[in-house]
Amino acid sequence: MTAVDPVALEPGLDAPDLPPRRSRAWAKLRRNPAAIAGGGIVLFFAVVALLAPVLPVPGPAEADWSAVRAAPSLAHPFGTDDLGRDVLARMVWGAQASLLAGVVSVAIALALGVPLGMLAGYRRGWTDAVISRFTEALLAAPFLILAIAFAAFLGPSLTNAMIAIGLSAMPLFVRLARGQTMAVMTEDYVESARAIGVGHLATVGRYVLPNIVPPLLVQATLTIATAIIAEASLSFLGLGQQPPAPSWGSMLNVAKNYLEVAPWMALWPGIAIFLVVLGFNLLGDGLRDALDPRDL
Amino acid sequence: MSDVVLEAVGLEKRFTRRRLFAADTVVRAVNGVDLAVRRGETYAIVGESGCGKSTMARLLLTLMRPSGGTVLYEGRDTAGMSDRELRALRRDLQVIFQDPFSSLNPQMSVGALIEEPLRVHGIGTAAERRATAAAMLARVGLRPEHADRYPHEFSGGQRQRIGIARALVTGPKVVIGDEPVSALDVSIQAQVINILAALKAEMGLTLVLIAHDLAVIRHMADRVAVMYLGEIVEEAPADDLFARPAHPYTAALMAAIPIPETGARAPAATLEGEPPNPVAPPPGCRFHPRCPHARDNCRTDHPALRELGDRRVACHYAEELTLPGIAAGTQRRAPAVERRFALLDARTQDNDRGERP
Repeated sequence: MTAVDPVALEPGLDAPDLPPRRSRAWAKLRRNPAAIAGGGIVLFFAVVALLAPVLPVPGPAEADWSAVRAAPSLAHPFGTDDLGRDVLARMVWGAQASLLAGVVSVAIALALGVPLGMLAGYRRGWTDAVISRFTEALLAAPFLILAIAFAAFLGPSLTNAMIAIGLSAMPLFVRLARGQTMAVMTEDYVESARAIGVGHLATVGRYVLPNIVPPLLVQATLTIATAIIAEASLSFLGLGQQPPAPSWGSMLNVAKNYLEVAPWMALWPGIAIFLVVLGFNLLGDGLRDALDPRDL
Repeated sequence: MSDVVLEAVGLEKRFTRRRLFAADTVVRAVNGVDLAVRRGETYAIVGESGCGKSTMARLLLTLMRPSGGTVLYEGRDTAGMSDRELRALRRDLQVIFQDPFSSLNPQMSVGALIEEPLRVHGIGTAAERRATAAAMLARVGLRPEHADRYPHEFSGGQRQRIGIARALVTGPKVVIGDEPVSALDVSIQAQVINILAALKAEMGLTLVLIAHDLAVIRHMADRVAVMYLGEIVEEAPADDLFARPAHPYTAALMAAIPIPETGARAPAATLEGEPPNPVAPPPGCRFHPRCPHARDNCRTDHPALRELGDRRVACHYAEELTLPGIAAGTQRRAPAVERRFALLDARTQDNDRGERP
């Protein structure tokens, strides 16, 4: 080497040292008030659902025949339903079924749909043709009809309802993951992975998946809402949560018959579903931003 | 020929577009190219956009399977290699991409990006890989502590340094630069060219440079191949090529070098028209519709690439034509063009001293 250094250091690179990525994402999430609010809402309902057995509320199926469709009072802060059951108690116990229905079914949809979609987008050709035609066939049927068909086939229970909703929501994620994968595959960095000899699995894991997570995250939080409502519809048909066990959706379905005489029956489950969906959406948005290294 | 490290033999790449109610259209992006890159040299491939340079780069990198012909790496035919063997080859055969903004995975830290080739090829322990990556960062002019940052935190020139570090960290023998500096500012170009030149000398690399900027090529290349519509029309040692182009297309490319001088006029002999549609290349010499020297047989007979001294040229009249080059003092336009080279040299030297222009 000669005396001069041909590879001069560029000045202006002395930015403050940043902590590693994971703690950076966490710090970013904590600085985002909307995400904190969303996380708080989700956490609150999760805690309520978990603590249902120890909270000082009556059993969800205990009927008080002297107080049928009673307005909110000290004895029944949220009122009672058409069979004289305490709405607050049913809300607390129903949180379990509703949160599970939302989260588990979306988890099923993600677990099946994302790998299939990435496979189709990565391999293309006949693999893509087979997966895409299958997906389109599922998408051709309305979401709820499909869920009812699966649930009827699997048999009535909350577990089967979650599987049915997950299967029905899966094509959405197949299509989204496929499209996003195809978009990412055109980026030079995927070619750079091939150029240094990265294998297919590692390319998908390190190059494709991290770059398609943000839209999937947003779609997942939105689908949780749909899944909670879908569980309600299945319950109404006797295919979801089995009476007398409560879920918010099934409470809403019954309540719609008494909207004029007992609006509180619909009000509380409605507010709860609204809040949970809002909470998941805010949390999802915050997570998306926090996980994006481009956004400081 | 033991000094040939990378060789293309009758290399061809056709892209076919199938259509339902019409004949398939076939683009011959690379059409029967023979070339041999010698160990330790800088071999440049130059041509207009659309001439097949980038396809050529991907074929040479074995990132793309040829439609015909083959690529030999150190005498070994890559056509018969399995995916696994091709992957192993990538330790020795690396690429620097054109666009430093899209060629780095935004989700990976700089350290992870540079360590990855080592990890993929199972070189060293985790700690050794980290140390190697840090050393590599220093060699391209970045600081080891930049390993924890993400690509978006860097400028274009810095990103290209990261790309170079990633390409060179496994100690490859051949590096193919696909327009490695064309996306950068001229001042940054000089820095990146310097890094490449320094690392080439230090690591004994063979460099294949795909470019359209003749100033950059003249600065770096030992030998130059000029491509037109998927074929090599001329190949010569860089000095000879610039002093005495033998193919009218080469001469036209040189005449088109912009002159950085106020009041300078576009040279008169620049090319007219666009390159022909590669789906339906003209008969005879593919350059004849734009060639000022074309004669009757140029329109019908396709000239083969033939040896002429230590160069190769595909023109029927290579011996008779005297075409203007751009070596100093030989032509009317030369002084201005020389000034552009001098500018690049000056910037290069500024950077050698660690200063910023």
